[in-house]
Amino acid sequence: MTASPITGVDAEARVNEAIDKLLADHPPGSTEPKVFWGAQFDAGLAWVDFDEGYGGLGVSPRFRELVTRRLNDADAPMWNRVANILGIGMAAGVLQTHGTDEQKQRWLRPMFVVDEVWCQLFSEPGAGSDVAGLATRAVRDGDEWIINGQKVWTTLAHLAKWGMVVARTDPQQPKHKGLTYFVVDMEGDGVDIRPLYQITGEAEFNEVFFDDARIPDANRIDDVGAGWRVAMTTLMNERVAIGGNTPPRSSGTIGIAMDTWKQSGSGDVGDRRELARLWGEVEAMRLTAIRATENMQAGVPGPEGSTGKLAWADLNKEVTAFTVGMMGFEGATIPEGYTLEPTVYDTRMTERILSPQRWFLRSRANSIEGGTSEIMRNILGERVLGLPGEPRVDKNIPWSEVPRG
Amino acid sequence: MADAITFARTDEQNMLASTVREFLAATVDYDAVRTMSTTDNAFDAATWQGLAEMGLIGLHVPDQFGGAGFTAIEAGIVFEELGHTLTAVPLLSCVMASTAILAAANDEQKARFLPWIASGEKVATLAVFEESHDNDPTSSATSLTQQDGSFTLSGTKRYVTDGPNASLFLVSASTPDGGALVLVDSDSDGVEVIPTHALDPTRPLAEVRFDHVSIVAADVMQGAGSGIRTAIDMGVACLANEQVGGAQWCLETSVEYAKTRFQFGRAIGSFQAVKHLCADMLVAVEHARSVARHAAASFDDPAESAIAVPLARSVCSDAFVTAAGDTIQILGGIGFTWEHEAHLYLKRAKSASILLGSVYAYRDRLADAVGI
Repeated sequence: MTASPITGVDAEARVNEAIDKLLADHPPGSTEPKVFWGAQFDAGLAWVDFDEGYGGLGVSPRFRELVTRRLNDADAPMWNRVANILGIGMAAGVLQTHGTDEQKQRWLRPMFVVDEVWCQLFSEPGAGSDVAGLATRAVRDGDEWIINGQKVWTTLAHLAKWGMVVARTDPQQPKHKGLTYFVVDMEGDGVDIRPLYQITGEAEFNEVFFDDARIPDANRIDDVGAGWRVAMTTLMNERVAIGGNTPPRSSGTIGIAMDTWKQSGSGDVGDRRELARLWGEVEAMRLTAIRATENMQAGVPGPEGSTGKLAWADLNKEVTAFTVGMMGFEGATIPEGYTLEPTVYDTRMTERILSPQRWFLRSRANSIEGGTSEIMRNILGERVLGLPGEPRVDKNIPWSEVPRG
Repeated sequence: MADAITFARTDEQNMLASTVREFLAATVDYDAVRTMSTTDNAFDAATWQGLAEMGLIGLHVPDQFGGAGFTAIEAGIVFEELGHTLTAVPLLSCVMASTAILAAANDEQKARFLPWIASGEKVATLAVFEESHDNDPTSSATSLTQQDGSFTLSGTKRYVTDGPNASLFLVSASTPDGGALVLVDSDSDGVEVIPTHALDPTRPLAEVRFDHVSIVAADVMQGAGSGIRTAIDMGVACLANEQVGGAQWCLETSVEYAKTRFQFGRAIGSFQAVKHLCADMLVAVEHARSVARHAAASFDDPAESAIAVPLARSVCSDAFVTAAGDTIQILGGIGFTWEHEAHLYLKRAKSASILLGSVYAYRDRLADAVGI
């Protein structure tokens, strides 16, 4: 039920008109954020490319940038995107592509106004890079599914109402084929959420245990057995959500490195040159992101659009390690100390303020989370450069017969 | 400027890139390059003639001086293609020389000098470096002295790119009134060109000695320090695009080999150790391409080019040297032979990272420019 996108001048005028009306009827300065977001959704300006009635106007996704820019300029509240990043950034796209009208009707609006936070449950202790090998089982019981298993690295699970979960519904099928995608009530019975403490002592993520939790079949997304396809849509939306913004020059960890150099750097000429080299590598990555966005908008996407995740992970690790290394003995301290406590999110902040030492520790995850750098290199090598894959021992045999451990 | 950064190419620029690419693909001859590599004066005369006929030598020179009136962006496009095929032509030297003249010469001098260069009639080059660790090309032990209305030039320049093939030298010299740039014909009395064995034989080098060479006042450009700096910055931007072209060749060659070379019953590109080297090379090439193009596009904004030029030098030098080295590793034994082209690119990569000044000096400049 996707209408063909309206393009060109008409669409742009229509989007601008809707924005004008939204801002006139609901001045951001004097409107409660949730009220504003509700009006934004109703005006079709939540995700402009979505169908009308579901937070969109049915226009090309390239107008998302226009909406963001104009609302930003008008100082409209935008922090719902951060507070409900997995819902607005990922789940929404999944519902738009794979959801029924009833599902869109039920979930999209409360998601956008942050009445209901979403989380994503893919990774498992036994299924990291090989997420399609996951073992959480869902068994049909009349109009319901009974789910058992353990998920891990679940951001926001403790605050979430809804979780996007992929479970194995047919172990006799090859691993990619026996999966089904559900939306699970995170506040329901049989769902146990525990903070997962990481090397910084914080718990940004959770472990989630399903013990005979029940999911109504109405919460199944797409067909039984179509879970892998839906999961791929989710991850593609993740890429779009991440790739859409280019950070300003000298921001993020390289900005912290520059501040640290000024405040407590060694003054050593070699350190200064190394910092300049790293600044250059980070700026090269930033310029590449700008070039990739331009090429994508011009309809000629190239390999430059696929290098960002790998480059960012490796560079961020390098920058933070260098920063701590140039601090002298101070680099061997950690101002915050280590206390085991779940991360408290200030949902309006896009960037947390941490010491360089803490960033050094946190950045170790960059080359693991969201696809390890080894997997990213495989993707670049195989899908972008066309190199052959490794021989596989797990294809075309039932999941139940795949060796694991 | 930071908000206005764009990489979009016009239709004309895309046309230029494909025209040059097709021309070079038709003329590239690695056997000839290998043969030239045993000499100290490599020069692909046929390709140079072709570039001249296409009006590419004076691409950035204004029309009234015999050029095509384009910008450094177009020059960058040509250099990316030249770097891809490793063509042995003195374009970098000529672009730097003509840029120095545009920046430092008076109108009479521009009208006299530039058409020679832009037409391809005379190969010109900058003769500014004197010592192996010379990171300040604007200071000079070479002297220009004046006596009874006539000038005399004395000194020695080294690491002069395309020196063995140049017929015009733009020589930096000290005068009592500050730095000057002097145009000297290679046939003048007292000029001796001694070819150097270059690590990259496709970019010949020479030591050029000036022993009491008589100079007429009309060939002297005064206050040339900033002209030299401008010329070298232009050279760095062009060289960065050339480095991208070379690194792109390395990537293509590595990937092609990794797909077709079989060991242990598999294409070696299916092994992650090889595949990941290729993936890293792809990232490095794309990053280098971004900064090289940005540098070429930055010259209208001095504050931005103060960042973009040393940025391109830093990123593109590392990218090409690493890509060329990894290509030889992926190729294995064949990559170490004289027969394969890979060594030509390694030599070009290492040499390009050194000529025009050390990468470290440019990182110092970058640190200054961004407030580190």
